Amino acid sequence: MSVQFEPIVGRYMHLDLFGRPNRIYVEEAGEGTPLLCLHTAGSDGRQYRALMNDARIIGSHRVIAFDMPWHGKSSPPPGWHNEEYQLTSAHYTAMILEVMAALGLDRPILIGCSIGGRIALHLALEHPQSFRAIIGLQAGAHVDPYYDLSFLHRPDVHGGEVAAAIVSGLVGPDAPERERWETLWHYMQGGPGVFKGDLYFYKIDGDIRGRVAEIDTKRCPLFLLSGEYDYSCTPEETLGVAGSIAGSEATIMKGLGHFPMSENPEEFLEYLLPVLEKIDAK
Amino acid sequence: MIEALKERVNDDAALVRRGRYLSTTFLLEVGPTAWLISIFEGRVVSVTRGPFVMPSSSFALRASEAEWQKFWSNRPPPGANDLMALIKRRALKAEGDLQIFMAHLRYFKEALAKLRPEGGSL
Repeated sequence: MSVQFEPIVGRYMHLDLFGRPNRIYVEEAGEGTPLLCLHTAGSDGRQYRALMNDARIIGSHRVIAFDMPWHGKSSPPPGWHNEEYQLTSAHYTAMILEVMAALGLDRPILIGCSIGGRIALHLALEHPQSFRAIIGLQAGAHVDPYYDLSFLHRPDVHGGEVAAAIVSGLVGPDAPERERWETLWHYMQGGPGVFKGDLYFYKIDGDIRGRVAEIDTKRCPLFLLSGEYDYSCTPEETLGVAGSIAGSEATIMKGLGHFPMSENPEEFLEYLLPVLEKIDAK
Repeated sequence: MIEALKERVNDDAALVRRGRYLSTTFLLEVGPTAWLISIFEGRVVSVTRGPFVMPSSSFALRASEAEWQKFWSNRPPPGANDLMALIKRRALKAEGDLQIFMAHLRYFKEALAKLRPEGGSL
């Protein structure tokens, strides 16, 4: 019997954030230009498994994904059991910069999806000098709440089941079954109230509509890739953001949904690879 | 067409199993036509066409005929491929005791997708 190991290696990093110790799970694969990956709300770094297994990417990139505190294999910080988790723009930004510093990443390429795509816009605006380029997946400036978020965290509705059921339609119709359900499984595994806490940033605190036009792509190139079937961050929303930022490049990905790197990696890589080539050529 | 729900749901053993803690009656409105759909332990036991004088239901799902037709097409276009997509566009109204709807959201999405020509998928 022969077994096969993926090139991905995972480690736990101890990092103080906002005055509290955190145990943060970090995965990486490959060598070369650092490529830092940010997962969606209520999920974790496994969403980038395909990038970390693709020879075309890891041959020249060091691909890194960390699970945010409360997510995946990262723990919530001590004291969490009496708190309501809420992600804010300020904390999200600081966390990313702290993780980059701790890992010694020098001007990485940043790729973030959904909430990760939103914070990518914040970072493009406020910290352009810290990144070689920024790639926003399903990145919009704002999303109005379109369902009662309290259903995500109450004892008479199973949090994992409802989180996956809410996002299931955001997966595009061409996603292979295996990748579709892997993507949804991550949602089913989320801790109580974590998806809801992330959406506080996505739907309330992280609204960047008023400032997005100030992003200077001469300081940091900005690429936006959005799936055609995403009704959370719609193609229209992404194109609207791109239209207001001079020099940004937007592509709508046919047949894909809200989780392109996880739901349909093969199709997604056809869109991502040319973007990475462009960035690497600069 | 809506009557087909009973057979298509009940023929899907995995769907019925996932609905084993679900017993309720909900109202489905397709434009001007109302349907009462009763479920007992995951099996659809009746699909009754209105009009009704005093319909009792735990919750109601209401959309225009055109919106449901898009939802029930084989490859629904973006924005019409999912109940939440319809709700986001304000094309579908979900009203009543939505705890039942949300606690069994995957069941209701998959059950209603059964009315697509090929029996439906997510």
